[in-house]
Amino acid sequence: MATMRLSSLLGQRRNGQGRPLHWTDVAAYIYLAVGVVLMFGPVLWLVMSSFKTQSALLEFPPSALPFAQVEVTVPGQSQKLPLFRVALPDGTVRELAQLRRIGLIAQMIDPADPSQQFRVALDKREPVRRIALATENYSEPLQRFAFLRFLSNSVFVTVVATLITLLINSMAAYGLAVYQFPGKQAATLAVIGTLMIPMTIILVPVYLVVTELGLTNSLWAVILPGAATPTGVFLLRQYMLTLPKDLIEAARMDKASEWQIYWRIVMPLTLPALAVLAIFSIMWRWNEFLWPLAVLTKTEVYTLQIALNAFQGELQTQWHYLLAMTVVTLIPVALVFVFLQRFITTGIGSTGMK
Amino acid sequence: MSDIPSAARPQRGLANGAAAWLGGVAALPVGVALQLLDPPMRWMQRMIGARRMAYVFLLPNFVFFGLFVFLPIGINVVFSVTGGTALFPSQRPYVGAEQFAYLFDCGSYLDPSSCREDHFWRGVANTAKFIVFQVTAMVLFSLVTALVLNMKIRGRGFFRAVYFFPVLLSPVVVALIWKWILQRDGLLNAAITTLGGQKILFFVDPSWAMFWAVFVSVWAHMGFYTLILLAGLQAIPADLYEAAEMDATPRWRVLIRITLPLLWPNMIVVIVLALIKGAQTFDEVFVLTGGGPGTATLMVVQYIYETAFSSQVQNFGLAAAASVVLGVVLFGLTLLQFAAARRKEV
Repeated sequence: MATMRLSSLLGQRRNGQGRPLHWTDVAAYIYLAVGVVLMFGPVLWLVMSSFKTQSALLEFPPSALPFAQVEVTVPGQSQKLPLFRVALPDGTVRELAQLRRIGLIAQMIDPADPSQQFRVALDKREPVRRIALATENYSEPLQRFAFLRFLSNSVFVTVVATLITLLINSMAAYGLAVYQFPGKQAATLAVIGTLMIPMTIILVPVYLVVTELGLTNSLWAVILPGAATPTGVFLLRQYMLTLPKDLIEAARMDKASEWQIYWRIVMPLTLPALAVLAIFSIMWRWNEFLWPLAVLTKTEVYTLQIALNAFQGELQTQWHYLLAMTVVTLIPVALVFVFLQRFITTGIGSTGMK
Repeated sequence: MSDIPSAARPQRGLANGAAAWLGGVAALPVGVALQLLDPPMRWMQRMIGARRMAYVFLLPNFVFFGLFVFLPIGINVVFSVTGGTALFPSQRPYVGAEQFAYLFDCGSYLDPSSCREDHFWRGVANTAKFIVFQVTAMVLFSLVTALVLNMKIRGRGFFRAVYFFPVLLSPVVVALIWKWILQRDGLLNAAITTLGGQKILFFVDPSWAMFWAVFVSVWAHMGFYTLILLAGLQAIPADLYEAAEMDATPRWRVLIRITLPLLWPNMIVVIVLALIKGAQTFDEVFVLTGGGPGTATLMVVQYIYETAFSSQVQNFGLAAAASVVLGVVLFGLTLLQFAAARRKEV
């Protein structure tokens, strides 16, 4: 393994044979510790905040964990009442529910014995708070906004686009890797050429093409333009070039058709490269923003990313929904990361693309 | 597939687990569909011969490239030399270089407000400023991080994952995470007031808005560049370090004399890539600041997007002209990248 041969900058502490720590080691660990807080902290904060109630989110300074004030039902009262811990004049501390507030005085009631009422100064009471997960932040958007719609739009785009990308890019890669034919040079150059044309600079004309194809406000408008990727073709072609030619010749002897050679012999052998491309494609499609923003104008075809962006304008005061939806948007990526971290990092390290 | 010689198995151990997983899930329905394609393909092969099947395999991809890349490039040029508000090229009157003349009509190029299309030039100025700070910070932090991650430290895999994680997040999610932290009553302002400071309205102050645009962008993409540099560091032959160790060379000398010179080709790749991505900055900044306050963080791509799609008069011609300008800049940077890549191979 490369990591075994790898001698680090430090080189000296081989196999953990103890030498005293150099100051650079200490500095490195401090740097990494700060890094962990800076890189993970914000995401963690998002997730914790997404479980806070709307009122808890408005607190300043914010508490770390999702606390919520306890509310109790008191016999004889139609509404739930907030619970407070009250220091009474006789020195005892009791938990009382607040009936109403009049100026600086709160009228409190004992939940256990509703006949007992107290008048308490505001500064003598403290809310009783327990950790409570505001799961309604997650469940309510399902009914109030077409959240499931956006989710399924995003899933549809991601899955279909990735399948199309894998199919047509592997076909092109196979054509370029296996055959000698007139125009091969030109075809390869054309693929390299497209590598240099990012979506950002052909936004307007692609919009025209999509409009002419009658695809505006359809998910296909998001799926199709990016389906053929030069990076995908190159990744797969490089891999296919390493496959032994005899194998293909042997299959031809056995009267396999070219199409069969492609999908029964070459494709299975290319699976590792296909997997890398699939992971990239899923990432690209799930996170895609500028193009869908330009081409999707009707709410019912919004993908998650576009919906989130639209909501962050409309729901400025409703961070509790916005945060929860952000977490949901983040989950698939987090799962992909947890399970495939090693493949993604090797893939990026070896191809230099993302 | 057991009759395949072992030499034919994928040599690279890359993603074998992922491959098995993916293969298992996708194989059945996809397999059936692809099998159904065999008879027409066989017929095709009889008609044109096995060798020319290459064109059949290339066809779908090139239809896509043609429709969504080559054709649009042509249309973009047509758009940029025609006027009016129509979307269809034949309905647009030819205006020659007027769009470009309009874009470049400036009293002084150093002062965006002296330009007729001042938003474009503000975009250019902001993007330039953004690139200078962002690329510098990006290269610096990913270099330090890669050097640290290349040291013999415990939990290296974990730390590498930590720095890489944000790369996968969508720009919208990244922007919202930070917007939530940086808002008026957010976590950062809570920390500032606890330390006895005053709340800062980060998105009302132009300098702070630009600072956070750069910061968030570096936060999100640093892991990617760190990986490239880490790959470069791991490719440096170990004997060099062993020799240095025998000579008891101090670490800073090893760094300056061995590590950095040998890493230089990767550094160039990182710098050029960061420049190319930086010139196209849009999503994170757009969601984070909306280009504001005012036009303080308006980038070129946001200008193009808004001119074409969200302004009252959809000025496709002007947007296309601006994209042609951006395209020329990116083309120059890409040539730089190829030059750098060639140097790396030598």
